[in-house]
Amino acid sequence: MGKAIVVTSGKGGVGKTTSTAAIGAALAQRGEKVVVVDFDVGLRNLDLVMGAERRVVYDLINVIQGEAKLAQALIRDKRLETLYLLPASQTRDKDKLTQEGVEEVITALKKNFDWVICDSPAGIERGPTMAMRHADVAIVVTNPEVSSVRDSDRIIGLLDAKTVKAEQGERVEKHLLLTRYDPARAEAGDMLQVDDVLEILSIPLLGIIPESTDVLRASNLGTPVTLADKHSETAQAYFAAAKRLSGENVPIVVPTDRRSFFGKFFGRKAA
Amino acid sequence: MNIFRLFVKPKSASTARERLQVLLAHERASVGGNDLVTILRDEILAVISKHVHVDDNKVYVKLERGVHVSTLEVDVQIPFDTRRRAA
Repeated sequence: MGKAIVVTSGKGGVGKTTSTAAIGAALAQRGEKVVVVDFDVGLRNLDLVMGAERRVVYDLINVIQGEAKLAQALIRDKRLETLYLLPASQTRDKDKLTQEGVEEVITALKKNFDWVICDSPAGIERGPTMAMRHADVAIVVTNPEVSSVRDSDRIIGLLDAKTVKAEQGERVEKHLLLTRYDPARAEAGDMLQVDDVLEILSIPLLGIIPESTDVLRASNLGTPVTLADKHSETAQAYFAAAKRLSGENVPIVVPTDRRSFFGKFFGRKAA
Repeated sequence: MNIFRLFVKPKSASTARERLQVLLAHERASVGGNDLVTILRDEILAVISKHVHVDDNKVYVKLERGVHVSTLEVDVQIPFDTRRRAA
């Protein structure tokens, strides 16, 4: 029986889809069987970030409505044998995401995969609550910025109240993934530091993803960051997060400003 | 950060941290409509409107949430009926 993970944040644009694709591909490269599920009905984008946008035939709503078998809707990644995508519907109504339908799909996926990673839409309405409902583990994606931190706090509250685990008196395991972290700005005192965010949200840290051009480059190519350039700082940060998710004890290293002493004075990057 | 700006601009991250700490302390306490200040605001207005007709446009409510103390100011313009006489 696999684990269901929800990648959530409340706020949009913080890196949920990027992180879903990156962690999914990182786990699959470890030989584990992974499915990434897009819950953003009407505004799907995980297919695009995964580079599978031209191969979508059926979607999550088709499966829930009984119009397609789960196996028909799953798209196998061309680069990694153990990585699959279940796309969201682009045209259908999000009200078709029924509680029973979602439960059935997640249960079936957990039987066949080691990891079921659900990419939540932004907000706190039906889509996000359905995406988190059956989660065993939650990855709360947060930017070091006031509105993102506030929304994450709200989502943490929902994870503790509106999930099956919470209703059964258990707890969803929650992890913080701090994305778009800019060491130079944090060191200059103009960005919340890692410890600030951790103290405010008080959930364990899964990883710190530095602000990087690698992310845009990877999405341009339709390749998860952890496949596009495995040696980039961003990919390494996601690989480390995936290892921690699997229970490995990997120490967290806070990214530091890599500009030279001279560069710092004059505001230029060294490399 | 350029060295010349270093002396001019105050650091913003600590302000962000303090604002978040105050805001979230209040938001966490008020989940599910349990916010005392909001309840007080509604009940005070209900009591006043029981006795006089209150024009919604003439009610000013000011709220300031602080770390230890919140203040609630309710400013209601109560119309004075000049036609009424003492019985």
